[in-house]
Formats: sequence, structure tokens, C-alpha cells
Amino acid sequence: MSQHGTDRVKRGMAEMQKGGVIMDVVNAEQARIAEAAGATAVMALERVPSDIRRDGGVARMADPRITEEVMKAVSIPVMAKARIGHIVEARILEAMGVDYIDESEVLTPADEEFHLLKNQYTVPFVCGCRNLGEAARRIGEGASMLRTKGEPGTGNIVEAVRHLRQVNAEVRKVIAMSEDELMTEARNLGASYEFLKEVKSLGRLPVVNFAAGGIATPADAALMMELGADGVFVGSGIFKSDNPERFARAIVEATTHYQDYKLIAELSKDLGIAMKGIEISTIAAGERMQERGW
Amino acid sequence: MKRIGVLALQGAVREHLQSITACGAEAVSVKWPKDLEELDALILPGGESTTMRRLIDRYGLMEPLQDFAETGKPMFGTCAGLILLAKTVVGSDEAHLGVMDVAVERNSFGRQVDSFEAPLEIKGIDGAFEAVFIRAPHIVSAGPSAEVLCVHDGKIVMAKSGQFLGCSFHPELTEDHRITEYFLSMIPSKSDLLLPN
Repeated sequence: MSQHGTDRVKRGMAEMQKGGVIMDVVNAEQARIAEAAGATAVMALERVPSDIRRDGGVARMADPRITEEVMKAVSIPVMAKARIGHIVEARILEAMGVDYIDESEVLTPADEEFHLLKNQYTVPFVCGCRNLGEAARRIGEGASMLRTKGEPGTGNIVEAVRHLRQVNAEVRKVIAMSEDELMTEARNLGASYEFLKEVKSLGRLPVVNFAAGGIATPADAALMMELGADGVFVGSGIFKSDNPERFARAIVEATTHYQDYKLIAELSKDLGIAMKGIEISTIAAGERMQERGW
Repeated sequence: MKRIGVLALQGAVREHLQSITACGAEAVSVKWPKDLEELDALILPGGESTTMRRLIDRYGLMEPLQDFAETGKPMFGTCAGLILLAKTVVGSDEAHLGVMDVAVERNSFGRQVDSFEAPLEIKGIDGAFEAVFIRAPHIVSAGPSAEVLCVHDGKIVMAKSGQFLGCSFHPELTEDHRITEYFLSMIPSKSDLLLPN
């Protein structure tokens, strides 16, 4: 009688993350720090995005040993990244019992044409998007959660803001459209007609949408909540800062109380230096992770 | 109109607020101790219990929440909310609010790949209730004052103990508002309060 891996079960898991912060970690010790700071989940990976960017080379799924140690270290959900289109990395993570898979542009894509058919898995997936068309295609493939992409590993919020504004503006446009305009909008966005009808009738995206890619301070996290994110992913921003424990706690609190500006001011005092950050225009177009995904 | 709060630190807050409104009551987000004033009842939603506990401690909500329990007003915890209410959390030295006479075990159905939905028979609710379990806890044992309302797969997944209601699953993830209605019916009406003891 029990059914596993239904849309409701997979999307529901993301609903429980709302208002929370999901933190990138590369080992069990970081995972424990994240959990103690109030992270709602951790993302296990081999290198944080800023190191992937610095070191270059091919970025792959983390060594299963790292993921396993993180899973043993904490009681909160553990997410892990697989390369775009890498069926076997995804199946390995599912077999290991990871709670959520991020089919992520932060890793080097395994397939430059096709994403995973995520509705064939019991484990839920989160995917990146920059606009409503991309969101629609990922949900169509079975993603149960979205995150706007931003530009990972930069500590620069500008792309995260751009993408979240873009998605939300397109959602608002669809809601305001009359039914007879939806088919043309579907064609223009590269989204299915049924998906746009669903967005219009719900008055929002059908899955939870977090913000990611460049969040480095408590104020950045609060900004994304202000702009309508359901929660935030923080990658390099925590463990590349001067004081990861304090940054982690402050980002969690700023996400919960994102409109309490006096409080965020207090939280932001004497935090030490945030990750250094990169100006987007200095990154060659071919090295922008946000361009990955189709 | 009945005024129902939802602890809004993290988790499935919006869904509970909508369900309360759908049942014809006033829904209020609770982030600070002052938000507990003048509520008739309080819901602790699903989410991550470790995150909520840290925020409860950080913002001085523990005592106000325990004081709220002292008033005898109904409190309902779903999933993480049940863990917050329980007197005992298996494998942990201390409880959170520790007000509901049950012992719970976290993640006791397994990891996310083991999460499921299933129709349940619930005492006091007519007909099956489609319940969504996500990395769900279960009630290992219920004290003498507790009434078991539902058992699934040999595990207690819903119970009531005095003013407290708790369940392992997420009624807020469905459009079925019968459990919210059931909870609202636990609020004593004004005429009940006027009756002599």
C-alpha cells in the first residue's frame, strides 16, 4: 500500500527545507559544523566551487567515502552532486542512500545535450535554472526542487539576483496572462504548455526554488529571501570565510529573520573577512558555470 | 474567530497557514515570543528539528513555548514538530520542549529513498487519510495519558495526549484538511469554559 518516490514524497522533502540554508561541505567535520550552526541539509562534494574554479580540470562526483562519512556524521539530510547527464554517478548516489541529488553545473557536464531523466529515480533531484524555460525543462525531466544558478564559487551575488528576478518575473507574467496567450509563451520560453497552465493555476512554481551561486554574507542570504527565494544554498561562502562557524550561524539566522534589518546588522558585526570574491566580467564566457545546462 | 499560530522559524509553514485558513480560522506566523500572545492554539510544523531547536534557543523561545504549553492550550506537532513536543527523543539525552507524553525516534523509517505515502485509518477521522511520510520519526512509546490514534506498519504514527496532538507524517502536504479540523476541535469553545467543573 505504501508508495515510494512519488512526486509528493520527493517534492515534499524540499518543502521541509524551506526557510533554511543548505551548506556545501567537503568532509565530516565541516558537516558537523554546518549541522550545529542550524543548516537544514548539507551538500557533500569533493571541492567547493571556488576551488573547482581555481584548480580547473574535470570536476566529478565526490569520492563515495567522503559522502559516506558525511552521512554518518550528521542526522540532517545529505545531498550530493552528480554531473549533468551522468546516469551512473546518479545511480551510485541513489544506491548509497543520499537524500537528494544535485544534477549540478558546478561539476563538469558528462553530457552536453541531455540531462538525466530524473522521474525514473526514487531519490529526488534538485537542478539549477536561470529562467522559467530552464525551470520547466528540469521539472519536466522530474526535478523535485529548483535552485537559481547564480555564478558558483564567485562570492558575487549579482548573477544569483539576476536569475531569481528573471524566474520570478516570468512566473508573474504567466500568472497575469490570459489562457489563450500561454501556448505562444510556452514556445518562446521552451517550456511545455501544461507546465505554464500549472504555474498559472497555482500562482507559483510547482516546486520549491532556492537561490544559489554567490551568497557570501548574511545580507546576501537575506537579499535572496527578500527577492522571493524559498531558502538558500551556500557553497564556498562559509568554509572559505575567516570564521566558518560564525558565518554559518549568522547566515542561518539572517535567512529566518530576513526582514529584521537591525538583527542582520548585529549578526554581521565582526564576522571577519568573507570569501574574497570575483568580478563576473573577469571570468571568460566559457568558464561561467551558469552556461552549463540546456 | 479562532486564532492559530504556526511556529515560523523554518519548514512547511505556508502549508499549515493555508490549511488553518481553509478551516475558517485565523492563521498567524510565530517568530518571536510576543507572537504567542492571544493565540488559541499552536502548530509546530514539519522541517528540520535540529535547525528549529537552534533558532528556538537563539531567540529565547524555549521558555515562552513551554509557558504556552502550561496554559493548557492545544499544540499540534507534525514530523519535526512532534519531535519538538516529545518528552523523550531516543538517542538524545535531552528533549526539546518535552511536554507531550511520548517517546519518539528520529528518521525511523530510513532515509529519503525510504520516504513514502500511504492511506491511513485514523481514530476519530472517517475514511482513509492519504499521509506523506518524509524521513519520518515514529512514536516508540506513548505514556498512560496518551491515546494512540494511528498505527502504520506496526509503528505509532499519530497520538493525542491531553492538549497535545502529534503525528509522524505531513497532513500539510495534502489538500485534505480533516486533521487540521480535528486539531481545531480540540480548542475548548467559550461555552465549555463557562461550565462548572
